[in-house]
Amino acid sequence: MSKVHVELNVNGQPEEVLCEPQQSLLDLLRDELHLTGTKEGCGTGDCGACTVLMDERLVCSCLVLAPEANGKKVVTVEGIADQNGLHVVQQKLLEHAALQCGVCTPGFVVAAKALLDKNPDPDETTIRYWLAGNLCRCTGYDKIIRAVQDAAQELKATTTS
Amino acid sequence: MSRFGYVAPKSVADTIHLLHDCETRGERAQILAGGTDVIVQMRTFDREPRTLVDVKYIEELNRVSIEDNETYIGAAIPSGVLNENQKLKSLYPGLLESADLIGSTQIQGRASIGGNLCNSSPAGDTIPALIANAAKCLIAGTHGTRNVPVEDFVTGVGTNCMTRTEFLLGLILPRPRPRTQDAYLRFIPRTEMDIAVVGAGVSLTLDHDRVCTHARVGIGAVAPTPLLVTKAAEALIGTQCDETSLQAAADACRAAASPITDKRGTVVYRRKVVGVLCYRAGVIARDRILNGQN
Ligand SMILES: Cc1cc2nc3c(=O)[nH]c(=O)nc-3n(C[C@H](O)[C@H](O)[C@H](O)COP(=O)(O)OP(=O)(O)OC[C@H]3O[C@@H](n4cnc5c(N)ncnc54)[C@H](O)[C@@H]3O)c2cc1C
Ligand code: FES
Ligand code: FES
Repeated sequence: MSKVHVELNVNGQPEEVLCEPQQSLLDLLRDELHLTGTKEGCGTGDCGACTVLMDERLVCSCLVLAPEANGKKVVTVEGIADQNGLHVVQQKLLEHAALQCGVCTPGFVVAAKALLDKNPDPDETTIRYWLAGNLCRCTGYDKIIRAVQDAAQELKATTTS
Repeated sequence: MSRFGYVAPKSVADTIHLLHDCETRGERAQILAGGTDVIVQMRTFDREPRTLVDVKYIEELNRVSIEDNETYIGAAIPSGVLNENQKLKSLYPGLLESADLIGSTQIQGRASIGGNLCNSSPAGDTIPALIANAAKCLIAGTHGTRNVPVEDFVTGVGTNCMTRTEFLLGLILPRPRPRTQDAYLRFIPRTEMDIAVVGAGVSLTLDHDRVCTHARVGIGAVAPTPLLVTKAAEALIGTQCDETSLQAAADACRAAASPITDKRGTVVYRRKVVGVLCYRAGVIARDRILNGQN
């Protein structure tokens, strides 16, 4: 069998790539499109460092085959900030010093933003369960959870004012 | 075959054709649904090249239909999508809870009930809940389709009754009778992201005098395959599902179990816990009825 032709949209940009059938979407993003914001931790779905949105659903890009992304809309951490600057989730992670090595951070950013898009007012338990598939070996999680709570507060304040 | 291949057929007929072609050429083909088992296995202990047959573009595997007498759930629908279906949630809360236990938010964006069943692990969380709901597998092959009750589908650790030229289209669940509810519980040492040490699913029907008229109990991770425990159901039918009869059902589960000792739990422990979970799931299902959830 030969290489597979994959057409997808990444962060609003149409892309065309030739890939091996067994390559992952994570490999496609990092090695073919050079979008290295998305990280590889485990490669087996446990750590969430590779989290992206595919057709509006959170997935581990290490557990998506590149050909499966054909025709899909993918959003990576590179697509979260806009011309006006960082997204509140990113801003709050910085303010709360909710990262050390930073390997887990892109996954947390994508996952936390997806949560707030779906549920603007999550309680702490909801946040913790939603982010249970994102592992962090540095921060002990509390600062991340507080940053997400703070981001939710801020988003609420800006949408109601 | 020396290289991997990927195909995404659009119809059941094309899929059967592909599986048949691979079979006659002596090449390995594997169905790909959400890939949360397949891709992990491909990256760890089973690296052999094969043709991956992505079934997510086939209508039959993506459809949910809720009819008067039965419900059909397409095999490839991610659990995250199923859990957004409020109608399904109100009819089969225990089954949906079992699907909601699989992995993280990210895993649930992909993991399907069909994949959980076809992976045929003794610890697959949705399987005891499907058994409790008397679900049947709708399987397509070269000679058309056939139905197999879920409790007869899994034949051993990681094996099932499908041939290499068959695949699962979806699950058919009877519409719950009035005053019927289900529940599923599993035990894991943490609160998220782990494999069941023990699982138990219970479905109960109570009449207006609170007497149980129908019951089904499925258990997981305590034998080479998930099991239907008829004796546990018999202990509940004709009773008000009080402490004594629930205890008898729990004992029936303990007697049916033939667990192994591994790093997650010992034989003695698993046998004890399967009874506890059957009891507690029975209480939840009973109280769901008494509290008027349908
Ligand atoms: C981090 C992580 C956590 C997990 N947690 C849990 C958990 O808590 N509980 C649990 O039970 N499982 C868990 N799993 C395992 C897995 O997610 C589930 O078994 C899931 O339901 C598999 O579904 P899938 O759609 O991804 O299947 P796939 O990986 O696509 O397929 C699984 C198997 O079924 C076959 N198959 C799939 N669909 C069909 C079909 N329609 N016809 C014929 N064969 C088919 C495939 O060939 C393969 O052998 C976890 C996995 C990961 C990576
Ligand atoms: S790299 Fe994908 S989950 Fe860890
Ligand atoms: S900051 Fe290092 S893993 Fe999270």
